[in-house]
Amino acid sequence: MRNRLRFAWVALALCAATMAVTPAARADEDEERAAGRESAAVDHCVACHTEEDLLPEGHLAADVHMKPGLSCAGCHGGDPASDDEEIAMSPAAGFRGVPSKKDIPAFCGRCHSDIGFMRAYQPRIPTDQVGQYFTSVHGQRLKEGDKKVADCTSCHSSHGILPASDTRSTVHALNVPATCGHCHGDADYMASYGIPTDQLSKFAGSVHGVALLENQDTGAPACNDCHGNHGATPPGISSIGQVCGHCHVNNMQYFTDSAMGRAFVEEGYHGCEECHGNHAVDKTSDTMVGTGEGSVCLDCHADGDTGFEAAGAIHSELTQLDALYGDALAAQENVQRIGMDDVEIAFMLQEAHQSLIQARTLVHTFDPERVKTKTDEGVEKAKGALDAAAEQVKDHQVRRRGFGLATLFTTVLALALFLWIRQMEANA
Amino acid sequence: MTPEFGTGKSSGTAARVFAWVDERFHISPLLDYMRHKQVPVHRDTLWYYMGGVSLFLFMVQVASGILLVLYYKPDEASAFESVRFISTKVSFGWLIRSVHSWSANLMVFFVFVHMFSTFFTRAYKKPRELTWMTGFVMLVLVMGFGFTGYLLPWNELAFFATKVGTDIAGAVPLIGNATKILLRGGEDVTGATLTRFYAIHIALLPAIFTAILGIHLLFVQRQGMHEPESVQKLPPERRKMMPFFPNFLLRDTLLWLMVLNMLLFLAVFFPWELGEKADPFASAPQGIRPEWYFMFMFQTLKLLPGHVWFMEGEVLGIMAFMVMGLAWMLVPFWEMKRRPDGRARPITIIGVVGIIYMVVLTIWGYLV
Amino acid sequence: MALTRRDFTKLLLGGGLLGWLGSALYPVISYLKPPKVPEANVQSVKAGLASAFAVNTAQIVKFGRKPVILVRSESGEFRAFSATCTHLDCIVQYRGDLKQIWCACHNGLYDLHGRNVSGPPPRPLDEYAVNVVSDEILVSRMA
Repeated sequence: MRNRLRFAWVALALCAATMAVTPAARADEDEERAAGRESAAVDHCVACHTEEDLLPEGHLAADVHMKPGLSCAGCHGGDPASDDEEIAMSPAAGFRGVPSKKDIPAFCGRCHSDIGFMRAYQPRIPTDQVGQYFTSVHGQRLKEGDKKVADCTSCHSSHGILPASDTRSTVHALNVPATCGHCHGDADYMASYGIPTDQLSKFAGSVHGVALLENQDTGAPACNDCHGNHGATPPGISSIGQVCGHCHVNNMQYFTDSAMGRAFVEEGYHGCEECHGNHAVDKTSDTMVGTGEGSVCLDCHADGDTGFEAAGAIHSELTQLDALYGDALAAQENVQRIGMDDVEIAFMLQEAHQSLIQARTLVHTFDPERVKTKTDEGVEKAKGALDAAAEQVKDHQVRRRGFGLATLFTTVLALALFLWIRQMEANA
Repeated sequence: MTPEFGTGKSSGTAARVFAWVDERFHISPLLDYMRHKQVPVHRDTLWYYMGGVSLFLFMVQVASGILLVLYYKPDEASAFESVRFISTKVSFGWLIRSVHSWSANLMVFFVFVHMFSTFFTRAYKKPRELTWMTGFVMLVLVMGFGFTGYLLPWNELAFFATKVGTDIAGAVPLIGNATKILLRGGEDVTGATLTRFYAIHIALLPAIFTAILGIHLLFVQRQGMHEPESVQKLPPERRKMMPFFPNFLLRDTLLWLMVLNMLLFLAVFFPWELGEKADPFASAPQGIRPEWYFMFMFQTLKLLPGHVWFMEGEVLGIMAFMVMGLAWMLVPFWEMKRRPDGRARPITIIGVVGIIYMVVLTIWGYLV
Repeated sequence: MALTRRDFTKLLLGGGLLGWLGSALYPVISYLKPPKVPEANVQSVKAGLASAFAVNTAQIVKFGRKPVILVRSESGEFRAFSATCTHLDCIVQYRGDLKQIWCACHNGLYDLHGRNVSGPPPRPLDEYAVNVVSDEILVSRMA
């Protein structure tokens, strides 16, 4: 009887001790988050949900959280070591369930805003996303209770998150326009917001869109390159014109230093966008500058003002060089076709083309003199190419004359032979 | 020089040189023998010149080929550029190159003409069986020259034509695969193929060809020219003849002069293209074709069904061509008896059918 | 003495033969003389004198059909790269202030090993070998 009582006290004490220790251990946030990392042989969250066919939509084994073993419990809490649903998914085990839309930034930010935690996984990763997000229109509207606006999962997905460098990721450069366009291109969805929904279609047809989406050139900008990622175009920014100069360095520099640039600042115009547009940036052509149809200069300038004259001068310089370059190119192709040497000519053409590109960039100085200096250079080179081509064509002709001469000698000799044979046989 | 030609002034020196050589090598009996060679004169005499034209074109090939070798570089990286260099930078390089390419094609053409003219005049009959057979072997060698030479500029068309051609060679049963690897210098057409083809083209084939050519010419000199049957039936005094030296030879020279001029005309007014540099990793361009003299075989193979009985159509085609080639070479030995009613001989019909077949399929190959 | 037919023929023959031989041999002899640039595939190109080349500057040199940028770094070392930008084929230039190779078209930057370090260029620039022999700069393909 005494032994049995002693045994019962010991058992009770052990139980109490266990119950006291376990919640304390689980209360440790780090351990809780890293639950999946523990040497649990099987991840019961994934195992059970797979068996029951209850995996969340878009779940990927390659998901950036699944791979290092953070698993379901890493975000949702709970105990992946237990195969009993009531234990594994109990609040006691730290289970948090599915967050509401409004709570998502905090849900992700629990780790992603904590550099102390993140640096173990990626030492250089930024941890300012949530802060930036709340400066954006998306973040502000979410705070007000808007249920349609983008949250973390809208762009990154929830269970199939891949790093931006992965081509399958929703936030990979080539996929970004489609990700943003998912909402911003849907007129019905965006009806209540009163902003345009043609950005994606305009972008897709633009020179940047074609480069990015058709030619897979990731050097071309996607939506986030101009508008930002998490702090996407926060309220108060009416123009992103300053951003163009990040790639188009010379154009921006010339423009800023020019009289036009200063005037734009005074008038409050949106820099590059005024003439080139924002989403539907078309491939530039020489008709954009000048006094003819299709010229953007005519938006402000009219016959009689200095701007009008300058535009006309610049246009004529460019078109002159462009026409000459076209002639030289045709001449080179002709030389190649007739089988003569076009290597030197091709080189000169390259230089002329370089001058043409530079002249077109100099348009942004709005100074006809500077443009003319460059086009004069180009004209000289194109003329050089044309002269070289003419030389080759002349040589081609010389060959025919040489052949004529050779034929003459051959004919004389043939005639002589013929006569000799006849004479020889007449005598025989 | 024999005293018959040469002006009065030089015969003194020429005679002394001749005497010096004759004293040491006893060449007068040989020259006497050659001097007596006669060429029958009749309406088919024109065809006698075809062999000489082929020989002339071969000499043009050797000369232009040697000149090209001075600047051509037979490795993958430089081959195309060196041909461009010859065509654009080397003085008259364009001429030498175009002459070489045109002369190659003309040579094949004239060799075929020579072969068919001897065929239809039945010059292959006894005692000239070996002359015919060595001639056929040379035809095959000439086509080999063409095939190997075609690759050397290393342009797109040549590269893929070689790929297809060696693939076909590889389809021959038993020895095919080994032959293909031997030709290509590996599994695929690469720079190794180029080197190999170059060696075959400038060393191996010229050596073999020259040897067989020498034998062929020796036979012709020894046996004299074949007379067509209509002439053979005439009594000896009614047969017209002309001496080989100098009459026939001078006429030969005249003809060669005109052929040379034609070659120059073609080189100047229809220069040979450079094409695009070969890229082994690019997909095959549209319309890969072999040279025209392979076209009839190529088109035949394309037309054969994929499978005939138990054999692949392609293999059947290749075997058929090989058998026919062999039969053609052995024509002196199996010719059928002459029909008594004097209608066209079976052998003539076979020859005509053969030519029509080759011409029709060649044209067909280009139309497709 | 009047020219007999025979003499005329002989004259024509002699003259014709000489003329023909001349017209045949002239191209051949001309062909044998090596052209100014004696080699086909450009393997190497002379690029001026090293002593006349300032440090921290660059020059564009023609290499067959291709432009090559020859750079002399601050330490005096010569480097050469393909001058065609790997993004959209513009001709690159050297920036003495950045000590890097720059493409003006879309602000691409390459370091002095040709590596694409910033901007749109997807690939490094191909490098060429530079040797200085008796003060003469020789740019050639990498082995």
